[in-house]
Amino acid sequence: MDNAKLSELIRSFDTEIEIKEGKQYLEISVPASNLFRLASLLKENEDTFFDFLFCLSGVDYGNDLGVVYHIRSTKYKHSVVIKTRISDRNNPSIDSVTDIWKAAEYHEREVFDLLGIKFKNHPDLRRFFLSKSWGYPLRKDYVDDINIVTKS
Amino acid sequence: MEEQLNNKVISEQEEYVINMGPQHPSTHGVLRLVVSLKGEIVKNVEPHIGYVHRGIEKMCESITYPQIIHLTDRMDYLSAHINNEAVCLNVEKALEIDIPERVKVIRTIMAELTRIQSHQLFWATFGMDLGGLTCFFYGLRDREKVMDIFEETCGGRMLVSYNCPGGLMYDIHPNFQKRVREFLNYFRKTLPEYDQLLTGNVIFRERTKGIGRLSLKDAISYGVTGPVGRASGFSCDVRKYEPYSAYGRVKFNEVLFDDGDTFHRYLVRMEEMRESMNIIDQLIDNIPEGQYAVKMKPVIKLPEGEYYQRVETARGELGVYLISDGNKNPYRVKFRSPNFVNLSVLNLITQGFKIADLVAISGSLDLIIPDIDR
Repeated sequence: MDNAKLSELIRSFDTEIEIKEGKQYLEISVPASNLFRLASLLKENEDTFFDFLFCLSGVDYGNDLGVVYHIRSTKYKHSVVIKTRISDRNNPSIDSVTDIWKAAEYHEREVFDLLGIKFKNHPDLRRFFLSKSWGYPLRKDYVDDINIVTKS
Repeated sequence: MEEQLNNKVISEQEEYVINMGPQHPSTHGVLRLVVSLKGEIVKNVEPHIGYVHRGIEKMCESITYPQIIHLTDRMDYLSAHINNEAVCLNVEKALEIDIPERVKVIRTIMAELTRIQSHQLFWATFGMDLGGLTCFFYGLRDREKVMDIFEETCGGRMLVSYNCPGGLMYDIHPNFQKRVREFLNYFRKTLPEYDQLLTGNVIFRERTKGIGRLSLKDAISYGVTGPVGRASGFSCDVRKYEPYSAYGRVKFNEVLFDDGDTFHRYLVRMEEMRESMNIIDQLIDNIPEGQYAVKMKPVIKLPEGEYYQRVETARGELGVYLISDGNKNPYRVKFRSPNFVNLSVLNLITQGFKIADLVAISGSLDLIIPDIDR
């Protein structure tokens, strides 16, 4: 299926999403509250069938925090990117997609560890690399007192 | 009811927890596995990672693109060249630079040599983990020949840092083609020795066949790639479905098996060494003439936007996700490292097997710990 047809189909899943054609992949922006529903539709629908989550990244956009999902269909060989933003920096939370793609379990733990985004319904959300007392280093407002990674 | 309750209490008492690592010879690095056992049967494996976490993603935000390349060496140190290539391809794609054919061919040859030496080390250590110490000597003896080729051309043996945005650091050594041809002739003769020594060995087969089976559905759901995914029948070779460098015009087969057990994960790597030799064979005699690098601006600034590049390392799919805000430093870099994802299936596939099989299974995943921690 080409990108035009695909974006038409995906648009019919949810009215609150925005789709734009990126340089490489179709980019879908979705509000955090609708993410889980959209993700499960993308996986379950026979014509989209996105069954392979190959990258999940957390991003600090300054005012917002964001989570970016790169997904691919092993059957139809097409890929899309889902982007979502969370505006609450103090207590950011979003639904976990572990039930849809098992790969998300480790990726989400990593995002929680480095950016402090809480994933609801995650089976085992704990710090992964760092200790409990550590801050969230990938946030842009992280203060690196002892210049351990950033040079000042 | 009480009896059942008692049974439960007793079984819980019977289950005991042991620590494997962080310093353990068969984890090949500082991976700590907390293993719950009932007798000899593994009930649960919980990996604890972060012992070599250096914050590479955070560091990348304060350095320039050519500097990032040297950090990627330190992730999967056995696929150093391929990791470098991923960043370079991403930067070149963002700047829309055309790379000379010569560079593409040399990069492909080097990447395949990297894959061969990585699988040789896998074979050596996997054999050693299962008690065949001879494998270790054979494997390292042959790997040394590839290391020598690297040393001659790149200066480095493991952390080559041979790529730079726009091409290569320097041209190939005049001896390069001769040495690679010599190596191919040599390794074609010695690879059957590997099979005689380990593949056909009865004890080895008994210990690996049917052990740690991973189904195709789980492989896709967990996002497992590389030889581990292909052993389960998951067609996930980036070289095939998103060809980069010179992979579009060489003929090679994607090695696929359906069984998904430890033995087939081993077998995929053995076959991949043969395929890699075929790829080098097709390229080594006709490296096009031309420049070895395009002249780049001294300060590289990427246009604002997001770029994703995936390459096939020796262990699976490496993704580099770059977000640029137009400055000389990236705004955010994410490395989707293959080992981090492959580690996630360890708990699933070891449950119900014996503690000794845990060593075989984690060996067959071929984990490189600095790549998990980054």
